[in-house]
Amino acid sequence: MVTAILSIAVLGTLLGLGLGWVARRFRVESDPVVDQIDAILPQTQCGQCNYPGCRPYAEAIAAGEAPINQCPPGGEAGIRALADLLAVEAPPLNPENGAESAPTFALIDEEACIGCTLCIQACPVDAIIGAAKLMHTVIESECTGCDLCLPPCPVDCIEMVERKPVAGEWPWPRPAGEAGA
Amino acid sequence: MPGRMKQAADLRARQAGDRLHRFHGGLSLPHNKAVSCGVPLERAPLPGELFIPLLQQSGREAEPTVNAGDTVLKGETIGRFRHLGRGCVHAPTSGTVTGVVLHPISHASGEEGRCVVIRPDGRDQWKDLQPIGDWQQTDPEALRERIRNSGIVGLGGAMFPTGFKLREAQRRGIHTLILNGSECEPYISCDETLMREQPESIVLGARILQRAVGAKRTIIAIEDQMGAVRNALETAIEGAGDSTIRVVRVMPVYPEGGEKQLIRVLTGLEVPSGGRPSDLGLLCQNVATATAAARAVVEGKPLVERVVTVTGPGVRRPRNLLAAIGTPISVLVEQCGGYTPDAARLVLGGPMMGFPLGSDANPVTKAANCVLVLTEKEIRDKRPEMPCIRCGDCARACPAQLLPQQLHRFVRADAWDDAGGAGLADCIECGCCDLVCPSHIPLANWFRYGKSRLRERALERHRADQARQRFEAREARQERIRLERKQRIATKKAALHDDAAKKAQIAEAVERARKKQEHTP
Repeated sequence: MVTAILSIAVLGTLLGLGLGWVARRFRVESDPVVDQIDAILPQTQCGQCNYPGCRPYAEAIAAGEAPINQCPPGGEAGIRALADLLAVEAPPLNPENGAESAPTFALIDEEACIGCTLCIQACPVDAIIGAAKLMHTVIESECTGCDLCLPPCPVDCIEMVERKPVAGEWPWPRPAGEAGA
Repeated sequence: MPGRMKQAADLRARQAGDRLHRFHGGLSLPHNKAVSCGVPLERAPLPGELFIPLLQQSGREAEPTVNAGDTVLKGETIGRFRHLGRGCVHAPTSGTVTGVVLHPISHASGEEGRCVVIRPDGRDQWKDLQPIGDWQQTDPEALRERIRNSGIVGLGGAMFPTGFKLREAQRRGIHTLILNGSECEPYISCDETLMREQPESIVLGARILQRAVGAKRTIIAIEDQMGAVRNALETAIEGAGDSTIRVVRVMPVYPEGGEKQLIRVLTGLEVPSGGRPSDLGLLCQNVATATAAARAVVEGKPLVERVVTVTGPGVRRPRNLLAAIGTPISVLVEQCGGYTPDAARLVLGGPMMGFPLGSDANPVTKAANCVLVLTEKEIRDKRPEMPCIRCGDCARACPAQLLPQQLHRFVRADAWDDAGGAGLADCIECGCCDLVCPSHIPLANWFRYGKSRLRERALERHRADQARQRFEAREARQERIRLERKQRIATKKAALHDDAAKKAQIAEAVERARKKQEHTP
C-alpha cells in the first residue's frame, strides 16, 4: 500500500518536473493578439476610428477599450474577420466613424499646388513627394486613400479619385443565382 | 531519398514523349472540327478601319506611340510598354492613324479599352524589315531580343509575353521544348490548319526557339486524329534535316491542350502547384507562337496577324481565316457567308473556355483563336441552376484533381482562406465540372470569380503590409527627430545651469582679458 502511494507520488513529481521543464524549454512565442488584429486592419492609417493609426486602434481593441466596428475602410468584411478572431458578435459599422466606400487615391492638381508642404507633413505613409515652393505629387501606388492630406491644403488642390481596376486585372463578377450551396 | 527521386523525375522529364501517360479526369467531347477544318486557309479582307487594342497581353495596356493623323507602315510600332521584357503593339497594315479611342476590346469583362484606329491605305506596305538570315550563328540572346520586340505573346489564349517566358526558361535551364498542337477544345481548328498548311514554318520556329532557350530537343504534340498534320510535319522535319524534333500523337481528351495536362501526358510528371514547367526542365509553347517567332527572326516581321477559326452552327460557311489584328469580327463573319437566321450568341474562344461577346464590333486580338456562333440550342447557361446534390461527378472530371463541390461551397460562403487551402488557385478554368454538373451550377464562373478575389486579396494584403511598413518607418523617424531635438535643448539648458561650467567660462574670459591687457603696451 505504502509502496504504491510512494511510487505514484514519485512518478507524479518526476513527470510534473519533466513537463514543467519541457513547457519552459520549448515555449512557443504565441502571436500576440495585437499583431493579429493589426494584420486584419487595412493599414490606411486614416484615423477615422478616432485613434492615431491602425496599430493604436488594434491595441485599443486588444485591451477591450474600443469596439470593433469603427473602421470604415475595412468595412463589413473587416468587422467580420475581427469578430471571427475575437469570437464576438459582428456589429454593423458605426456610422459616426464614416461609411464604407470604394478604394481611392489622392491626386494633386499640379497647376494649383503652391508647394506649401503641409500635405507632405500630414501624409501618414510618406506617399507625397515635393519640396517647399515646388509642385508636390502623390505616389499613387503608395497612397492609402486616407483623406488626411485634404484638410491641411490651403488651396484645395487635392482630389480623391476612385481606384479603378485596369483591364488586365479586371475582377470577375460574382455569378448570380441563389440555388446550390 | 529525395535526391534519388529528383533524379528519377529528371530522367522521366528528359524522356518526355517516349511513353504516354494519362491525366486525371477530363472529358471526351465531340470534336465539331471538320466543319471548319476541311476548307483551306483564307485571308480575311482588310476592313475600312482597324481597331487595335492596346491591351494585347496579360497585364496592363500599352502606351500609344502614335497620334491622330500619323501615317504608319505595316509593322511599325504603335504601342509600347514601359516595363522591361514586354513586347510592343505594331501596325497590322499601312495607313493613317485616325485616333486613339475607347472601343470594345474583346475582353471577358465586356468593357472598353483604348484602341489605336488605323484606316488602311490599301497598299499593305511593310516597313523596312531587318531579317536575321543566319539565325543558326546568331547569339541566342539576340534571338530572344528579337522575339521580345516583335510583340509575340502566347497565341494559345493566355497572351503571356513570349520574350519574358523565354528569358525565364533560358535562365532556369531547359532541355526539352514542347510545342503544343494539341488543340483539344471542340470547334477550334486554327492550330491544326496552321500545322497542315505551314508545317515548314512551325519546324523552323521550333528550331529557332530551341536555340533561343538552349533546349536539346523539341516535341511537337498533336492530337491522334490529325493524320494529315502528322505527315506534313514529318515531311517538314525531314526537309529541315533536324533529328532533334519529333512529332508525338496524344489521345484527344479535353483538356489535354492545357500546359500542365500535356506535360503530365508526355512525362507522367506533375508540375508542382504554383510551379512552372521549367521546374521540370520543360518549356511549353503554342505551335502558332513558334510560327510567329520564325517570322519575326527570318523575315523580321512582328506579330500583326493570326489564324482565327470562324465556326459554329450559327455561321453559314465555317472556315479558318488569316486576319489582321484589329479586324472587326463582323468582317470575318461576313467573309464566312454571314450568320444563319437562328444565330443566337457570339462567343470568343471555344465552347468550354470562351466567353460571350456583346457585339461583333469587337476586334480580333492576339488571343482570339476562335469566333464561335451558337444557336439557342447550344447555349448551356440558360438552364436553371439547382442545388448541389453532392454526386461527385465534378471531382471525377477535374483534370487538376481538385474537389469542385467543396471549392464551390467555400467560394459561395466567401471562405477565402479555406478556398485557397483547397487549391482554388490551381483551377485551370477548363469547365469540365460545369459540363458534367447535373444541377447546372456554373462552377467554372464561380472559380473564375474566386480566383480573381484571391488575387485581389493578395494584392490588398501586399498594399497593407507596405503601408504598415511606411507608417512605422515614419513614426520611427518622427520619434527620432523629436528625441534629437529634446537632447539638443537639454544640453543647452544643462550648460546654462551648470555652475562649475559657468565659473570655468568666467575664469576663462577673465584670463583672456588679462592676457590681452598684458600684451597691450
